[in-house]
This record gives sequence, structure tokens and C-alpha cells, in this order.
Amino acid sequence: MDREELTAQETALYDRQIRVWGVDAQKRLSKASILVSGLNGTSIEFCKNIVLAGVGDLTVMDDRLVTEDTLQANFLIPRDSDAYGGRSLSEVCCESLRDFNPMVRVSAEKGDLSQSEMEFFDKFDAIVVSCCSLNAKVAINEKCRKRAKRIAFYAIECRDACGEIFVDLQNYTYAQKRSDGTVERHLSYPSLEEAISTPWRNLPRKMSKLYFALRVIERFELSEGRTPGKLSSSDFPSILKLRKELCDAQSLNESHVPEKLFERILHAGSKLHPPICAILGGILGQEVIKAISGKGDPLKNFFYFDTADGKGVIEDIS
Amino acid sequence: MGSDSKAEAIKRAKVLMVGAGGIGCEMLKTLALSGFQDIHIIDMDTIEVSNLNRQFLFRQEHVGQSKAKVARDAVLKFVPHINITPYHANVKDPDFNVNFLRQFNVVLNGLDNLDARRHVNRLCLAAEVPLVESGTTGFLGQVTVHVKGRTECYECQPKPMPKTYPVCTITSTPSKFIHCIVWAKDLLFTKLFGDKSQENDLFVCSDDASNSEKPMEDIFKRAPDEDPKQYGKKIYDHVFGYNIEAALVNEETWKNRRQPRPIFLRDALPEKLNLQNTNPEKGCLTDDLSLSVLPFLSLNNPQEVWNLAENSRMFLESLQLFIEKREKDIGNLTFDKDDQLALEFVTAAANIRASCFGIPLHSLFDSKGIAGNIVHAVATTNAIIAGLIVIEAIKVLQEDFENCRMTYCLEHPSRKMLLMPIEPFEPNKSCYVCSETPLLLEVNTRTTTLRDIVEKIIKVKLGMDLPMVMQARTLIYEAGDGLEEDVAANYALNLNKSLANLPAPVTDGTMLTVEDFQQELKCHINIKHRDDFDEEKEPDGMVLSGWTAPEKVGVATSNGESPSADHQITLEPTEPEVVELDAEMLDTKRKLLATLERKEHEEEDHEVLSILVNDDDDDDDVVLLDDHPEANKKLKLQ
Repeated sequence: MDREELTAQETALYDRQIRVWGVDAQKRLSKASILVSGLNGTSIEFCKNIVLAGVGDLTVMDDRLVTEDTLQANFLIPRDSDAYGGRSLSEVCCESLRDFNPMVRVSAEKGDLSQSEMEFFDKFDAIVVSCCSLNAKVAINEKCRKRAKRIAFYAIECRDACGEIFVDLQNYTYAQKRSDGTVERHLSYPSLEEAISTPWRNLPRKMSKLYFALRVIERFELSEGRTPGKLSSSDFPSILKLRKELCDAQSLNESHVPEKLFERILHAGSKLHPPICAILGGILGQEVIKAISGKGDPLKNFFYFDTADGKGVIEDIS
Repeated sequence: MGSDSKAEAIKRAKVLMVGAGGIGCEMLKTLALSGFQDIHIIDMDTIEVSNLNRQFLFRQEHVGQSKAKVARDAVLKFVPHINITPYHANVKDPDFNVNFLRQFNVVLNGLDNLDARRHVNRLCLAAEVPLVESGTTGFLGQVTVHVKGRTECYECQPKPMPKTYPVCTITSTPSKFIHCIVWAKDLLFTKLFGDKSQENDLFVCSDDASNSEKPMEDIFKRAPDEDPKQYGKKIYDHVFGYNIEAALVNEETWKNRRQPRPIFLRDALPEKLNLQNTNPEKGCLTDDLSLSVLPFLSLNNPQEVWNLAENSRMFLESLQLFIEKREKDIGNLTFDKDDQLALEFVTAAANIRASCFGIPLHSLFDSKGIAGNIVHAVATTNAIIAGLIVIEAIKVLQEDFENCRMTYCLEHPSRKMLLMPIEPFEPNKSCYVCSETPLLLEVNTRTTTLRDIVEKIIKVKLGMDLPMVMQARTLIYEAGDGLEEDVAANYALNLNKSLANLPAPVTDGTMLTVEDFQQELKCHINIKHRDDFDEEKEPDGMVLSGWTAPEKVGVATSNGESPSADHQITLEPTEPEVVELDAEMLDTKRKLLATLERKEHEEEDHEVLSILVNDDDDDDDVVLLDDHPEANKKLKLQ
């Protein structure tokens, strides 16, 4: 481990957080390289958090042009169409993110991550994907797992007033502090594909229903060739039909995935709820900081939050 | 449709945010993005560098400017055309009275101190405006909702008071590093550089009669021509050597305690003292607050723990530097953690004292945290808590009170939950703030003065800043300016009288009525006379009670169980450990988990959970996510 000290500037800026996770963790953060693909209200919350935390560099990828629609829940884009007109989300967000912490290198990368070269992945210690189809998520996750260096993979999604985070740290070893001493822990994470292939009837009864609902929606978007997050109430009947198919195939009672949940999510369409973005982006920020610094118990492997019950729940699906 | 009425409620809402710091910045951003159009913010602080790791609306160039104003400007950039009204002011200003509060639909607190929280709580109760409270420390956080008549108010659960220490622990028998810091900061530093008129005895313990004649004053007075180096050495040997020797004489004190060892300079720095030339280059203009000894001693890593020799050099050099470079400040300094030289001096002094008493030494970094009551903080927790606050605020605006929740953000999951909501509790019927139940004060009415009651009980414990005290229909005291001369003089006389000797005598069985007009709070105190009080446990000679936890009734759960008596998450030990998950935290979490596991049978979403108070260890007082204002106030000797 590199013995160089933090600069006086870093020590002053990061004082309050160094008191939380210590100097060594801060040093590791300062050498970390993060990639975020897909910029929306939730993933930019994460970007803000990780930049403030003082990572080495952050790369953002999202070629979509800034439009009225993409402005919602986005505090990185100044509301001045002269400033953002004709430019990509990654370009504009990148500029604002740099302001949060001049010590972090923030850059925008063009292209589609699911099509990127394998070597491109090697630059990063952690990759976060959002606004992504199921196939793309799986493909990116697989690439992360194929590299010699371990690349932590995270997928984050918010719909209406609820959201999901998926974590894949592959084989992860860390020192866990307990009241009776330090213990070395080994965690073995399944890939995204493996996780979502777990037969539904094998999952615990009291599991988060959101898991199932999002799997149905994922499949639907995929099979109908729809842009992720752009469903609407008119899709309700088709969604219910798919729900029945999937539940039958999984020998699971349909009532396990309540209609109301789909109603809510579809009704919201592409609208994001900023408090949810903040909560999910915050949880994700903490997770990535834990994985980079090697400090703290990482969550395994799904996290759900739903305003309806106000709970932030971890589900282990492997 | 529900969502339209929700959008309408948000659009029409007038919201008051108190605090534009860690939680405040995140809150303001989220409120603005969520469609709020009329937000007022009160914050008295200006921006500092250490804020920038999480208060993301601020930039380096804003350091020194008003937080409320800069936050507003920053948010308007990405949500223009909404009304954000900043107030660079103290929420305790009389301008922010009950009438001012009445214009708001909800108040959202992003504060960092108990005093202001209590104040806002009382105003909200008087104005009948719902309050959403919150706090964060490190990875932990919580959001609570307070609606008058429906839920507990913020003070229904007595909040742990800022930790204070018995005088003797500080002056004679320290056992923890924080005791050494308090001694160094509030006694030694003040003695050397602070207000000389303050009574300040570094070594006197009230039950130690032998010290009462010692003329301590002379030693600390520096003659104008006295060489600073010699002065420093003299002070060193005095406080760490001779005084410890003197303390050892009283064998009683040390019967069951580890004896301290005196440390003289000749032991700590045996080689011929070669104090470096501490005068910075003549041309170099350093402002007072950055003046530092560190570079001269090559001690550049604030995380490093200095040994006794290094601490001793630091003590002498910093003392010398104060005299040589900051003479004008001597006599009116109070400790400021951002005063680098003061911090270095206090760290060194505390460490040498710790060496005397066999207490582990600490680094400059850790000492700063302890001496400065620094609350450690990260952006992510604040963001999460802000999101939860806005969610609750929206429920309040729609008057959806049944669904309001108190939500706890945990570092380690409890029953798979990192975010744990519980139903708010019903108001505490014996809460003196929202239920007008009388309190009980046990006091020696013959020896305790009215001033003692006003200062220690009414202002500190009850949190009333401008109280009025009545006995039956007689006004025995009123605070504030604008009183007529003879009236004020009368009150001044009353303050010095013992309770039993007041014009309207206060004796066993008397009831006092205390009111604070600004907070619109009135409460009654029943007086009970008691002759004796325990020195250690009841150092003030007064015991206030009757402020009990709520009764076990009221909140229905699916299986009829009720919350247990104490349901406060206690989180932070007073000596913030930098990184380690220390034993207390883990213990609290385990207790929490154990309690939750007992409730495993509940299936409903709205479970009510009992959370245990970790109060076995008296010394490690834990504060609910507040800072620790002025623990030194209790040190002044009678």
C-alpha cells in the first residue's frame, strides 16, 4: 500500500469524513476509478456523493442529449438552454460535477458501455449502471466478471417512489470489526444473471415484492423493445399478462406480485421522485465507498426502498 | 387522483428550513427538485472549508459567506423561478417568534445542537405547526415527525444533556483522555491566556482542604521581563510536577485509584533543551490562527501520536510562541479548535497530563475532535436523511398523519433493514413542554439561591432563555432588558437570596411557575426540600425530576404490545473514535437487534419497535446526534 500522505488540502477538506472512515480509507478512495453509465436523477445523486467523497476519478457515460425531459430531478444542469442545448448529458453533468470537488478528475466518455471494448473496463474499480435494459446490464456485468482485476458492479433503478440497487462484488474478502476482535470475511456474490435466475419459489416468503415487479417490468421492456423507464398506464394489461406467464412458469401465486405495485409504477411513467433518488443515491454511495475502502460490511446483494412502507431492505438472492 | 392533490399540496406549501448545513443543503436541493415553491431558510453560520466535503452547494470561494444566502443562490441555478428566502440569523432571535412560525405549513430542522432544537420545538408547539426533526452522525441518522396533540413533541423523551464532569475528576482524578482535554482547554488554557477575572483553580477539589491556602495565582502571572522560555519551564514543572506531588500527599484519594506520577521537565526532556528558533522569518506574515509549532518540530502528521518528549517540546514552544507573537491576545482568549496554536498547546498539555495519570495519549487530529466537539459527517447520510425528511414533509402537507414515520438510518442492518421506520409515539402525558405537567425539584431551600435555580435549572435544563419566575402571584424574577430600575434592582437582590429567604418564600411544598414568552412555554415546578446531596452524583445540589418516559399505553400494535419505557437510540460516545466500530456502538446495535428479534412475530407493516437505551456505563454518556455545547460550563467552582 502506497505510503504517501494526504496533502494538507485533502486533510482539511476531508477532515469530517476522515473522522468517520479513517485516513487509510481516504487514501484508497483517492486512488479509485469509478464509471457511471446512464445519468438520471438517481445516478447523479450517486455521482455527487462519490465526487464529494474524494475518489481519484469519475467517468460518466450518457450520450443522450439534454432535453426538458432529462432535466427532471437533475440538479447538475443549469436551467439555461443556451448552456445545455445540443449537448449530451454526460458533457453537461461532468462540468457541474467537477465543481463539487476540484481534486477529483471527472470526465465524459462517449459511447455505449454494453458495446465497449473489454480493455476499457480495466480502467475502473467500480462500475455503476442506470437507465439500462436487462440485456445491457447483464452484458456489462459479465464483462466485469471476466476481467483479471475485480471490478465491482452496481445497477440502480428508481421507478415512481421506489427503487432497487443490485451489488456484485464477485469474491470479496475484507476485515470485519466485531466487539470480540477482527474477523476475516469472505463473501461470494452471484452475477446478475445468476441472481435473477433463482427460481422464485425458492425465495423467502416475506421477500420484497418489488423484486418480482421489477423483474416483470424488465422482461416486458426487453421483449417489447421499450426504452427502460418509459412505460405508462396503457401497458397495464400487457404487464399483468406477462406477470401471469412468469408466475405460472415459476409456480408462484400471482398475488405475490400485487397489481397495485404495477399500477403505481406504470402510472408514474418516466417521472422520478427526487427524495427517492437522494435515498438510493446515498445508499449506493455508501456501498461503493465501502467496497473501495475495504471497510464496512457491503450489502449483499439487493437493496429496496419503497415510500409505501418506508423501509430500506436488503435481500440476499443467490 | 392522489398524485395531483399531492402535487397541489407541494406547490401551495410554505416551508421553513432551519439550518443550511449538511442536512440543509441536501434538503433544500430535494425540496426544490420536488416542486416546492416557497421555502424560507434560517442559518446563522458562515461557510468553512471543512463544510465542503458534504455541503455541496458551497464552493471554496464562498468560504466566509452566509450559508443560507449561498445555498439559495446555488439552488436557483437549477430550479429558477421559485421563492427561497434566506435569513442569515439565529433562529433564537426574537424576530422568529410564534407569529412568524404560524405562516408555515411545516418546519424542517437541519440543526446540530440541542438548544436550538428545543427552542424550535416549543415555537412549533405554540404555533401549532408540524415539525420534522432530524440528525446525522457518520453513517447514522434519523428523521422524526412531531405533530402537536398527535405525536410526541421533540422533548417528550428527555434528551441526554451535554456531558459534564464532576469537578474533582477534572482537577484531581482524571481517568480518561477527555478529562485531560477538559483540564487543558478550560482550566490551564484559560488560566494562561484567558480572562483572568474568572475563578479558576486547576487543582482544587472541594473536599481537599489542604489546598485552600495555596497562592496559585502568583505562579501563573508572568512578569513583563520574565523570559518566556523560563516562564514556560516554570509552568510545566508546576502543573505536571509539583502539583501532582502535592496531590499524592492525600492518600485517601489514591486508596482505590492508580497513583499519578509527577513529571518534571528534567525527566521528560533530559537532554539539554535546544529549543529551536521559533521566530518565523521576519518577512513572513502569518495570521494568528495559522500560527503553528508543527513545522519547527517536524511533526507534520496530525494523525501521529507524539511521545512525552515531543509533547513537552510542543508545550514549551507553543507557550513561548503565544507570548512572543500573540501577546495582545493573552488575557482574553477562549479556546477555539480552529486556532492552530491553541490546539497544539492543548493537545500537548492534555497528553502530558495523561502521561502523569497513565492514560493513553492521543494525536492532534483526535484531540481536535474531542476538544472541538467535532461531529463527524459524510455526504451520503445527509442525502438519505434529507430524502426521508422530504417524504415525511409531503405526508404532513397532505395531512396524512397516520402514515408519518420516524425513520432510522442504520449502519448495520437490523432484520434486513438499513432504513427502519417506526410509528411515532403518542404525546408523553408527563412532558412538561407539551403537556403542562409539573416537575419536581429537590433542593436545599436554605442554601440554594434563586440564581442557582435560574441559571442551572431554568436556563440550562429547561432551556428557557428569557424566563419569568413566579411564586403564586408574586413575580420573583424576570429576565431581559427594559425593566424599570427599581424592579431590576429588586430582582438582582432576589437572585442572591436563598429560596427560603425570598420575599415570597420558596420552601418545601411551594410551586413555582416559570414562563418564557418567546417560546410561549409555561411550566410548574413543585419544590421539595432536601438537606443533603451526593457530591459526585448530584454536584449541583439540585435534582429535577418528573420528566419521565411516557407510560406504556397508547400505541396500538397488531398484537397489543406496547413500546418499552425508553426508546431512544443512543449513538455517539463523547470521545468520537475516528474509525473503529467501537464496543459501545456494537453493543447498542446488538441490543437493538435483540429487541427487534423479540418482535419477530409481527407481520403488519406498522410494527412498533422498542429500542433500548444503553446507559449502563455512566461515564460514556451518549448524545442523540447533537454536538456537545460547552461541557466546561459546569466546572466553575463555588
